[in-house]
Amino acid sequence: MATFLGIDYPTCWFLLVGAVFTGYIILDGFDLGAGIIHLFFTKEESRRIALNAIGPVWDGNEVWIVIGGGALFAGFPEVYASLLSAFYVPFILFLLGIIFRAISIEFRSKEPMLWWRRMWDISYCASSTLIAFLLGVILGNVTEGINMGPDHVFRGSFTEFLNPYALLTGVTTVALLMMHGAIYLVMKTENRLYTKLTLIVKDATIFFVIMILLTSFYTLLYLPKMAAVIRNYPELFVVPVMMVLTIANITRQITKRKYLYAFISSAVTISLLMILVAMELYPNMLVSTQSPANNLTVYNASSSQKTLGIMLVVAAIGVPLVVGYTTFVFVTFKGKVKLDEMSY
Amino acid sequence: MDVEILARIQFAFTIAFHYIYPPLSIGLGLVMVIMEGMFLKTGNKLYEKMTKFFVRIFALIFGIGVATGIVMEFEFGTNWAVYSRYVGDVFGSALAAEGIFAFALESGFLGILLFGWNRVRPSVHFFATVMVTLGSMFSAVWIVVANSWQQTPTGYHIVGTGLHARAEITDFWAMVFNPSMVSRISHVWLGSFLSGAFLVLSISAYYLRKKRYLEFSKSAFKIGLVVATLSALAQLFVGHKSADVVAEYQPAKLAALEGHYDGSKPGDMYLMGYVDQKKQETHGLYIPGGLSFLTKGDFKAPVTGLNDFKKEDRPSAVNFVFQTYHLMVAIGMFMIALTLYSCYLWWRKSLFNKHWLMVIFSFSVLLPQVANQVGWYSAEVGRQPWVVYGLLRTSKALSQAVTAGHIVFSLILFTWVYLVLFVLFIYLLNKKIKRGPFDEENLDHSPRHIEMADSLA
Ligand code: HDD
Ligand code: HEM
Ligand code: HEM
Repeated sequence: MATFLGIDYPTCWFLLVGAVFTGYIILDGFDLGAGIIHLFFTKEESRRIALNAIGPVWDGNEVWIVIGGGALFAGFPEVYASLLSAFYVPFILFLLGIIFRAISIEFRSKEPMLWWRRMWDISYCASSTLIAFLLGVILGNVTEGINMGPDHVFRGSFTEFLNPYALLTGVTTVALLMMHGAIYLVMKTENRLYTKLTLIVKDATIFFVIMILLTSFYTLLYLPKMAAVIRNYPELFVVPVMMVLTIANITRQITKRKYLYAFISSAVTISLLMILVAMELYPNMLVSTQSPANNLTVYNASSSQKTLGIMLVVAAIGVPLVVGYTTFVFVTFKGKVKLDEMSY
Repeated sequence: MDVEILARIQFAFTIAFHYIYPPLSIGLGLVMVIMEGMFLKTGNKLYEKMTKFFVRIFALIFGIGVATGIVMEFEFGTNWAVYSRYVGDVFGSALAAEGIFAFALESGFLGILLFGWNRVRPSVHFFATVMVTLGSMFSAVWIVVANSWQQTPTGYHIVGTGLHARAEITDFWAMVFNPSMVSRISHVWLGSFLSGAFLVLSISAYYLRKKRYLEFSKSAFKIGLVVATLSALAQLFVGHKSADVVAEYQPAKLAALEGHYDGSKPGDMYLMGYVDQKKQETHGLYIPGGLSFLTKGDFKAPVTGLNDFKKEDRPSAVNFVFQTYHLMVAIGMFMIALTLYSCYLWWRKSLFNKHWLMVIFSFSVLLPQVANQVGWYSAEVGRQPWVVYGLLRTSKALSQAVTAGHIVFSLILFTWVYLVLFVLFIYLLNKKIKRGPFDEENLDHSPRHIEMADSLA
């Protein structure tokens, strides 16, 4: 099998797809989080500042899910097909969330009426929350495994995705992104809104810590197979340890009002969570609860070596370009938000 | 209704809705590049106003294009799981390349285009405008590559059998430059330029009719007219090239386009008409042997007809394909006539004197929109019964896990949401146009708005 830096192509793609989705959750995560806490701001001015803090970047952030979807389709068509057709209902709701969120941001500022703006504020907050929740639910289901037959077709019922564990991971994701988004907004605001946000950040962080503890206990009690990989490779124990440390660091930086560091730590927390999930899954991508023989692994679900090779070239050219101009855009809009004539 | 029909209706509905917006963005992007370029070159503030005005309209269109596009990307997996497994190796790479090269480019620079006016130098802003436009043009490339591949597949081989069969790439560039790709992407681009140009023409003509912003509207009109005339003329040649490719690679589709049944006879070319599918006859106004002449260079040469194919191997909605195709061509011809005549009046310096012409132009934005839609209908319905031409049948491509109930559920949801979206879009677009180019849109935003609007008027 062809390799890249000593790693075989399917594994390489597993890492790459994982990295893109992680990038998505870190980047779109903060603007989703900003949406989730949007209704906590009561003044029109505050809401506008909060929207304009994400204004120039949210669309670019959202592209990461588009790239992720494309990369999954290209690298692992079997997983793409089985996952999406199995989670038909949550994905359709997710897409509706995406539509409503985009148009809420877009339409809100187009009319001065109070009811108009309220309506889009609510729709913005609700759709952001829905998206975050469903991302968590889907992630939870993927870690648990789904009822998949030998032909990789989903055999379960369509309400199965709402099981207790998935609900828990859903709420945890909402909490995580609330914290992440609030920290981002603190960095972009000043004066009274800033003061208000520092309080929201504290509450959101406490909420997240409680949820992540609950999820961890639940996982250890009811899904012991997840800990198996660490039992087999004790050196991997460093990942959960690092996670505890970074989460502790978020709270430390928040008390010191060093919000940039807090933001970096919450981004690292997200990455470590994704690494934990990946560690537990690999080499599987979609586990069948019927029988391990039905699992989709990076090997039996991947595209041909040729395609994976071509796509590596595409990624090698494309990713640095994307990172380059994303940085350029972030640098152009760095600093506190100032409203002007082109603002939302 | 069965799952297949529902899934097809749902896909057609969502993609057709998506396709209202991208052509407008691509075309408007080109027009904005021209306007901002003129501003940089001449330093005339009028062009800056123009650019800013159309950027705001662009933002509205773009937002809906993105939201509806993400739906499309995931719908392949939700509704067409077997198809996704089958083509994933080939098609997935085009989709991923699209995300990385095109969408990231346009969405990244969009922030600067919309919000960067006071943050970056004018030349950097211009660069961002160019990048957004290029990005939107590239988005069209990769998706049309994927679609053209399923019309005329090359550069692949099939591995596995039955439900596990799938196409794998053997030659990447042969896959990308499949036989119909070049002519189809050019056709799609030109169709998009026409969409953007006619939007500008419509808005300007509306102002001219209302005697508002005369100087602004006249120069915007002229820019729109140049783009429209060149694109309309080019579209005829490119469309002809597309028809050549169809004749060579998809003879059953060509026969359906012209309603040609009997393969032993020369093909006629219809200007208008209808197909009687029961009697297998086509009636109407036609040029005898026209199709033979265009494809073979000889009025007498026989052309493959629908009866040369087994019933299950040819499109069933022949009249639909015929009508949509002829409507597209008719609109194309009408646009050529309209733009050429307007150019002639421009040369005679009487372009803006004809009220009736301005009335036509204020509604002309619908022409390319309709042509774009029906063009796709004829290309896609004419491809049936195949999803991947000659390889995979549409009826075999469905998700097996999905039931009719689910599709009805999502179809109803999408119909409602898109309906609301469309009404809001038209309402806001109309409002932006009514408000005009000289109001900096902060009526409601900042306490300074009144002075600002005054200083600009
Ligand atoms: C790369 C893929 C791709 C692209 C770019 C398009 N389509 Fe398509 N289209 C499909 C891939 C596809 C498909 C997945 O292959 C479908 C679904 C079922 C089928 O037979 O083909 C299809 C079906 C389909 C149908 C239903 C045909 C039928 O069931 O008889 C219509 C009317 C359209 N499409 C219209 C469009 C429009 C307006 C497009 C322009 C944006 C478009 N398609 C682009
Ligand atoms: C089934 C086929 C299609 C899929 C899967 C698809 C997918 C997408 C996605 C995911 C987006 C959002 C990108 C973002 O986040 O910025 C989008 C937007 C866009 N798509 Fe499509 N698309 C399809 C058909 C087309 C076609 C045929 C064109 C050709 C002109 C096109 C051109 C664009 C453009 C220009 C945008 C940017 C938004 C806009 O300008 O309105 N798409 N599409
Ligand atoms: C003027 C004469 C025209 C001719 C002879 C022509 C010819 C064709 C042909 C043969 C196809 C089918 C291609 C295929 O199935 O592979 C097609 C498709 C299409 N046409 Fe036209 N066309 C013309 C004008 C226009 C105009 C004016 C527009 C839009 C403004 C347009 C938009 C489209 C679109 C969007 C498609 C579907 C995409 C594609 O298959 O390329 N066409 N055209």
